[in-house]
Amino acid sequence: MNTKPMLQVRDLHFRYDPEQPTYAVNGVSMEVHRGEFVAVLGANGCGKSTLAKHLNAILLPETGTVLVEGMDTREEDHLYDIRQKVGMVFQNPDNQIVATIVEEDVAFALENLGVPTPEIRTRIDEAMKMAGIYDKKDKAPYKLSGGQKQRVAIAGVIAMRPDCLVLDEATAMLDPRGRAQVMQTIRTLRAAGISIVSITHYMEEAAQADRVLVMNQGKIVMEGTPEEVFSQTERLKSYHLDVPQAAELRDQLVAAGLPMPENVITPEACAEALFQLLQGSPA
Amino acid sequence: MSEIIRAEHLRYVYNPGMPDETAALDDVSFSIEEGDFVGVIGSTGSGKSTLISHFNGLNRPTSGRILVDGRDMWSSGEDLRSFRFLVGLVFQYPEYQLFEETCAKDIAYGPRNMGLDEAEVQRRVQEAAAFTGLGPDLLARSPFELSGGQKRRVAIAGVMAMRPRILVLDEPAAGLDPAGRDTILSQIRDYHEKTGITVVLVSHSMEDIARYANRVLVMSHAKVAMYDTVERIFARAPELLELGLSVPQVTQIFLKLRQMGLDIPTDVYTTPYAVKTILKAWNARHPEHPIPLEGGGVHAS
Amino acid sequence: MLRDITIGQHFPGNSILHRCDPRLKIVMTIAYIVVLFVASNPLGILLSLALLALLYSLAKIPYRLILKSLKPIVPIVIFTAVLNLFFMGGEGEPLFHWWLLSIYAEGIRYAILMSVRVIALIAGTSLLTYTTSPIVLTDAIESLLRPLEKVHFPVHELAMMMTIALRFIPTLIEETEKIMNAQKARGAKLDNGKFTERIHALIPILIPLFISAFRRADELAMAMECRCYHGGQGRTRLKVLRFTRQDGLCALAMAAMLAVIVATRFL
Repeated sequence: MNTKPMLQVRDLHFRYDPEQPTYAVNGVSMEVHRGEFVAVLGANGCGKSTLAKHLNAILLPETGTVLVEGMDTREEDHLYDIRQKVGMVFQNPDNQIVATIVEEDVAFALENLGVPTPEIRTRIDEAMKMAGIYDKKDKAPYKLSGGQKQRVAIAGVIAMRPDCLVLDEATAMLDPRGRAQVMQTIRTLRAAGISIVSITHYMEEAAQADRVLVMNQGKIVMEGTPEEVFSQTERLKSYHLDVPQAAELRDQLVAAGLPMPENVITPEACAEALFQLLQGSPA
Repeated sequence: MSEIIRAEHLRYVYNPGMPDETAALDDVSFSIEEGDFVGVIGSTGSGKSTLISHFNGLNRPTSGRILVDGRDMWSSGEDLRSFRFLVGLVFQYPEYQLFEETCAKDIAYGPRNMGLDEAEVQRRVQEAAAFTGLGPDLLARSPFELSGGQKRRVAIAGVMAMRPRILVLDEPAAGLDPAGRDTILSQIRDYHEKTGITVVLVSHSMEDIARYANRVLVMSHAKVAMYDTVERIFARAPELLELGLSVPQVTQIFLKLRQMGLDIPTDVYTTPYAVKTILKAWNARHPEHPIPLEGGGVHAS
Repeated sequence: MLRDITIGQHFPGNSILHRCDPRLKIVMTIAYIVVLFVASNPLGILLSLALLALLYSLAKIPYRLILKSLKPIVPIVIFTAVLNLFFMGGEGEPLFHWWLLSIYAEGIRYAILMSVRVIALIAGTSLLTYTTSPIVLTDAIESLLRPLEKVHFPVHELAMMMTIALRFIPTLIEETEKIMNAQKARGAKLDNGKFTERIHALIPILIPLFISAFRRADELAMAMECRCYHGGQGRTRLKVLRFTRQDGLCALAMAAMLAVIVATRFL
C-alpha cells in the first residue's frame, strides 16, 4: 500500500442546504489505498452516507476535493470513468435492481457503457460467480431473498470491474444470514484486489476491516485498526455506537481488578485471554 | 396469571393444492401467560411472521386453533375485528403505514376505528405519545418530515394507542442505528413494566432478546423448536447454533472456554452475569487474594 | 387476491414458438387479429380456431390455461353476444319477437361470430405473452418501434419505462398487501361498507403506497446513475434479437396459413 491512494478526500465540506449553517460533512480528509478494506462507522445523521455519495460523484463537494485515481470528481468529463472505477451499493436491494431477470440486471451497467455483446456475457458471468449468484442468473429478482438480491446488486456493480466498491449500509435491511452472505462476498472481492469502503453501524462487520473510521457530526473522530478503535468502549458509547460484548466484558473485568490484556475485541481473543487467567483447577 | 394466547396444533399452508404448497406453520402448540415478555427468534422463513399474523386474525389457520383471551376468533359469532384491537400488531418497517397530515392524527387512526369518542381518542394519543417519547411539537408535525427512528416510534404509538391486551412487534429495531434501537426497545420495556401488558417481540438479535425478554420461543422450519425461560434457552446454546441461530458474544466466550477444558457454567448471556461468573472462577483459583463480587448479577442461579 | 392477476403471465418453455423471434410473434399476432376481422365467414373463423389450436399444441401450453385467460372476459363476450343478438337487424321475419326486442337469424349468426372472434382474439394475444417473457417482449417492441426514433419518438425511454414497470409490479403488489395488513391491524375496514366508505378507506393504503413508490423511484434513479445510465445513446445489449432462418420459415408458414384463411372470404 505504498502506491498512490485510490481515493483521496481532502478537507471535504458539504451542506444539503447552503442557507443552513450545519454541514453534513464538516472537514473530512481520508484516503483509501488499493486493495484496502475501510469501514466507516457512525450513528444516523453523522454524515457517513453523505461522505459515501461523494466518492463516486453523486454529490459534489462544496469546498475541498475528492480525487478518484487522481481524477477530480468535479470534472464532468471524468464522470463515467469515476462511476466505473467506484461502484456503489445502497441499503434497499429492491430499489437498485432494474431488470426482471438477474443476468439482465447484472448486464445493465455494461450495456450503458457500450461494452460489446460477447464481452458483456463473459464479464457478467465472472461478476455473478464472484458474488455467488451464478446459479440464480435466470431467476426473477423479486423471488430471491434479501441477501441474494443484495448480491445481485453487487454483481451489477462489479461487472464494471471497479477498483473500489462502496457499500452504503448495504446490510442494514438484511437478516443475519443475508448479512453473512454479503460479508462472504466482500471477502471474495477483497481477495480479488478490490478496495472496499463499507458504511455501516454493525461493528461485527467493521471488525473485519483493515482500518476503521468513526464519524460524528460530520467529522472523523476516531481512526485506527479495529482493535485500536473497538477497545475504546467508553468513547464509542459516547458516539452512540455499539461496543463488542467481548470488549465490554474485558473492560468490566479490568475494572474489577482482573489483569486482562489490551485490544480484546473478539470472542476468540477474549476466551483465549480468560483461559490463560483461569486455567488450572480451583484450589 | 392467566393464559392470554393459546395455540393448539396450529397449521398454516401457503398455496394449498398448488405445486409450491408449503407449510409455514406445522403443528404449533404453546401458550403465553398474560404479562409475559416473550421473545420470538428463528431464521427467515422459519414461520415467525406467519405465526404472529395469526394472533389478530390476518391469517386463518389451515387447521388447529388459536385462542386469544380464551376465545376462538374463527368460531361463529365472534367479531374478527375486535381481535385487531385486542392484539396490537406492529409489522416490520411500520413507518411505511403512516399516512396522515400530522403524527397526532396518525396515532389516532386506530382509536378512531374503535369508535371511541373524541376525548378518549385524544387521551390515548397523549398516552401513547408519552410512552414513545414524542413531544407536542413532534405530534403537530407531518410524519414525513421526521427521522427514521421518530417515524418508527409514531407507528408504534399508533398501535399502543389502541390499548391492546397484547402488543406484538416484528423486528421493531430493524435498520435503525444502535441509539435508535436502544431508544425503541427500552421504551417498549418501560411500557411493558408500567402497563403489565403482554409483549411479544420478534427479533433476529439474540442480544436484544437476552436483554428484554423473560421467555423465548424458538421457531425452526415451521415448528416450535424450544419454548422456555430465557436462562434455560441460552443454556442450550449449542442447540441454538445447530439451528443456524447466533448466541450473544458472552455466551460464545463461555462455550469456547468450556471447549478449552475449563470447568465453567455456560448458561451466561448478559455481561454483568458473565463478570460475576468469571470473578467467582478466579476467586476459586486464587483464594489468597480474592476479588470482591460487588453488585448483584441479573441472574439468580 | 392481488396475486391472482394472470393476464400477461409468461410460461417458460422451449418450444418452437418460445424460441421464435419475438418481433415476428408480435407482427404475426397483429396479422392474426386482422385476419379474424377480415375473414368473417364461418369457414374462415373455423380455420382461425384450428390454427390457434395448432399453435397452442406446438407451444405445449395446456388448454386449461386458455380457459383461465378467458375467465375475466366472460362478461365482455356475453355483452357482445347479447348486443348482437338483439340489435342486429335482419331481413325477413324475425325468429322471435317480444315488445321492442326482435331476434333475427342474422343476429344469432353475428352473436356467435363475434363471441368466437373475441375469444380467439384473447386466446391469440395470450399465446404471445405465454410464450414470450415480458423483458423479451419489451426488447421486441423497442426494436419494432426503432424507425420512429427518426421522428424523435422516445423509443428507448418508453422501453426502459416498460421494463422498470414490469420489474416493480410484483414489488408493489407485495407492498400493497403489507400496507393493507398494517392498516387492518389498526382496525381499517376494507372488505365491507358502502361505496363511499370504501373509497375513504383506501386513503390509508394509497398514500403510503405512493410515498413508497416515489421513494423507490428516487433511489432507483440514483442506483441507475451509479451504473452509468445516460439514456439510449451508445447502449449495447446483452441479448441481441436475431432473425434466424428458422424464423424466416415460420414467417412463411404463418403467412401461408393466414392467406388461406383470408382466401375463404372469396369462396
